[in-house]
Amino acid sequence: MDPAAAKFIGAGIATLGMLGAAIGVGMIFSGFLQGATRNPSAAGGQFTNLILGAALTEALGILAFVLGLLILFS
Amino acid sequence: MADPMHQFEIHKIVDLPDISLPGVGVIDMALTNSTLSMTIAAGLIIAFMAIVTAKPQVVPGRVQVIGEAAFNYIDNLAVGIIGHEGRKFFPFLFTTFLFILTMNILGLFLVFTATSQLAVTATLGIITFLLVLGVGFARNGFGFFKLFFPSGVPWYMLILVTPIEVISFLLRPITLALRLFGNMLGGHVAMKVFAGFVVSLGGMAAAGGLGLLGIPGAALALGGVVALTALEFLVAFLQAFVFAVLACVYLNDVVNLGHHH
Repeated sequence: MDPAAAKFIGAGIATLGMLGAAIGVGMIFSGFLQGATRNPSAAGGQFTNLILGAALTEALGILAFVLGLLILFS
Repeated sequence: MADPMHQFEIHKIVDLPDISLPGVGVIDMALTNSTLSMTIAAGLIIAFMAIVTAKPQVVPGRVQVIGEAAFNYIDNLAVGIIGHEGRKFFPFLFTTFLFILTMNILGLFLVFTATSQLAVTATLGIITFLLVLGVGFARNGFGFFKLFFPSGVPWYMLILVTPIEVISFLLRPITLALRLFGNMLGGHVAMKVFAGFVVSLGGMAAAGGLGLLGIPGAALALGGVVALTALEFLVAFLQAFVFAVLACVYLNDVVNLGHHH
C-alpha cells in the first residue's frame, strides 16, 4: 500500500477512539437528565459533578483525536 | 480552500535579539502572535477588573455586579469542592479561570487562539501539577504518598490499585493540557472546514449549469458555521470552567488527604 494512503487511513482509524468517549458522554448526560427530571430540585447542585464527569470522559476521546493528528502531521 | 491548520501557525511580529541563559540554552525572545494574543488577554483582564473595582460600593452598580458574579462563582466552586481552606487557593483558581476564558473567547474574535497551542496549555497544566505536588508535600510531608494507597483497600488489591493510582496521578497534567488543547484545536478546525465548504461550493455555483446545485449545500454549510460558532462560545466557557474544577479537585485530594470530606 502507498505509505501516504496508509497514513491517512491510520489517522482515520485512530480517531475512532472518540466513539467510546461519545457513548460515555452521552450516557452521562442521559443519566443526569433522568435524575434531573425525577428530582429537579437536586439537579442544580450536581452541575459541577456533571461537567466534571463529562470532562474526564471526554479527555480520553481527545487523546484519540490528538493521536490521529499526530499520525496525520508527523 | 485554505489549509485548516494554517490558523495555528506562529509568526514573528517583532523580532527581538535572542538571549542565551546558562544551562537553559538560547531563548528566542521574538514577539509572536501567540505572545501578542496572550498579552491582549492579560491586558483585558486587568482592564476589566480595574473598571469593575473602580468605584466599589456597598450596593453594587451595574458594572460591579459582573465582577462580583465572576468572583463569587469561582469562590463558591473552591469552597464547595475543597471546603473552608479552598479560599487559600482562590487567587490561583480565579487567575487561571479568567486567563483561559479570556484566551478562549479572544480566539473566536481574533485570528489566533493562544489556547490552541500545546505549549501554552502544557504550561498551565504543569503549573497546576507542581502546585498540587508542592501543597501536598508541604501539608502532609511524606504522608503525601497515602494518596496512592487508598484506605479500606485490602493489601492484595493494592498491588493492582497503586500502579493505577500512580499512573493516573502522573497523567493529570497531560490530560489537563490535552483536553484544553484538543477542544480548542478541534473546534477551530471544524469551523474552518465548514467555512471552506461555503467557499468551494459557492465557487462551484458561480460556474453555473449543474454547479448551481451547490447553492443549497453552501447555505447548509453557512448555517453549520453559525451553529458551530455558537457552540464554540459554550465550549470556550466550559473548558475554562472544567480546568478550574479539575484544579479544585486535584487540590482537594492533597488538602483533605486521609479524611474524606
